[in-house]
Amino acid sequence: MRARRFFLILYFVLLLLPIYWLVCMSLKTNEEILGAFRLVPDRPTLENFRHIFGDPSWYMTYVNSLEFVLLNTALSVAVALPAAYAFSRYRFIGDKHLFFWLLTNRMSPPAVFLLPFFQFYSAVGLFDTPWAVALAHCLFNVPLAVWILEGFISGVPREIDETAALDGYSFPRFFAFVFVPLIRSGIGVTAFFCFMFSWVELLLARTLTSTATKPIVAAMTRTVSAAGMDWGLLAAAGVLTMIPGTILIWFVRNYIAKGFALGRV
Amino acid sequence: MEPRPVDNRAWGLVLPVVLIVSFSAIIPLMTVVNYSVQDILGPTQRVFVGTDWFHDVLKDEDLHGAFWRQLLFSGVVLAVEIPLGLAIALAVPRSGRWVSLCLVLLGIPLLIPWNVVGTIWQIFARADIGLGGYAIAGLMGVDYNYASNPLDAWLTVVVMDVWHWTPLVVLLCYAGLRAIPDAFYQAAAIDGASSWSVFRFIQLPKLRRVLIIAVLLRLMDSFMIYTEPFVLTGGGPGNTTTFLSQYLTRLAVGQFDVGPAAAFSIVYFLIILLLSFVFYTVLTRVGRGGEA
Repeated sequence: MRARRFFLILYFVLLLLPIYWLVCMSLKTNEEILGAFRLVPDRPTLENFRHIFGDPSWYMTYVNSLEFVLLNTALSVAVALPAAYAFSRYRFIGDKHLFFWLLTNRMSPPAVFLLPFFQFYSAVGLFDTPWAVALAHCLFNVPLAVWILEGFISGVPREIDETAALDGYSFPRFFAFVFVPLIRSGIGVTAFFCFMFSWVELLLARTLTSTATKPIVAAMTRTVSAAGMDWGLLAAAGVLTMIPGTILIWFVRNYIAKGFALGRV
Repeated sequence: MEPRPVDNRAWGLVLPVVLIVSFSAIIPLMTVVNYSVQDILGPTQRVFVGTDWFHDVLKDEDLHGAFWRQLLFSGVVLAVEIPLGLAIALAVPRSGRWVSLCLVLLGIPLLIPWNVVGTIWQIFARADIGLGGYAIAGLMGVDYNYASNPLDAWLTVVVMDVWHWTPLVVLLCYAGLRAIPDAFYQAAAIDGASSWSVFRFIQLPKLRRVLIIAVLLRLMDSFMIYTEPFVLTGGGPGNTTTFLSQYLTRLAVGQFDVGPAAAFSIVYFLIILLLSFVFYTVLTRVGRGGEA
């Protein structure tokens, strides 16, 4: 028992060390980073964070990121809900093939879609708008959302649907007022996962935006200048990207394990 | 359980998904197919070249290198992450006040943008300013430098991936472990079973399903890894950490070799399709054979 606890604590220390180091760097000036090697910042400073919050071309990238991430989350959950219900409750012509096709999109490397996306969204005039990235991220988030929701919906007994029909509920009313509240934890977890996978993605987000909607992940490449790397600023921007996820995870902590298992445990 | 009823009106419910995924998958894929058989000389000038690009790409030495590296990387990463994740999941307490903290901590690496994961390790593993690199180079007296030594670069990329994705395996296994009813453990205790036999005959069989999900998800995702090594090593030194996605991105966006890039995209996509098919078949078979 004691060995087990020791092993666990050791693992968490190793897990947190790189993150600690990033936070530590974000509180140092570049002189201190490149000067003597210290485990704790000598004179902690918020200068790097002040720089980011004082410069619209920095902090607006956070707003841009949040914009397409939220758009994508809303879109993915909204279209995935009825589809997941259909997969869970009915058999229909081509259902297995359709599910497999959706799955392949979750599994297809974004790099494959890079060039066509760029040209396609330029052609339809969506390039450099939040919609371009939000729609592009649907490629992997919609299948994922269908998949997780299907697991959660299958956990709800079918008798509930039948009882509601006998009580005279029409399908849309039943779905919106009875069923959706029943699986709200599943919807919460799904939204969390969509948020997460849209938030962490760089390749598509970077390619489909330029100046107007540049996301934070792309802005971070700016810290390389002629004078070398601005390590402190890079670390501060990195620390700020970790905050939304860490807040969100607290809310879904009791369901997150089930969500990762695609609702199938 | 009685089978689900057949009702083709269900297509109406899946239609929005079909439309939105078609919009972001099929139309772009058509473009790729289009490019893979043509040589684009100018905005109005294009020549049909048949399967030339496919021949070129499949004979490319760099691609072969990237492919074998990719296989090796996915193999190594799976061999480390699955046993490690399982061991940690077994050590996480089943209940109590520490559970929430453990789960939140496990979730953190998964929620960091992938380029920031690269940045974290780029800083952490540097021998001059990084804690990890400093510790290895300074304390053990090894000449460690992930930017110039291929072995060190590989080691750092693997350790980074283990750090990043082992929590996913832990969370999956933990979800599976929590689904085992207490009665199983009580029965084992009455029989005087050792903790090894509890693991071997109760926990491991019950975890079969989540373990398969874990292995296959990690296989897929490690097969498309791009951002983290891109930030950390840029595929170098030389080409030693260039994996398939990186190779493709360089071809498509870096050199703008649209034809070969499109041809390779299709080959890459087919590999993934094959993997997905195996994944899906195994998963549905387990779903049918396994207990509810």
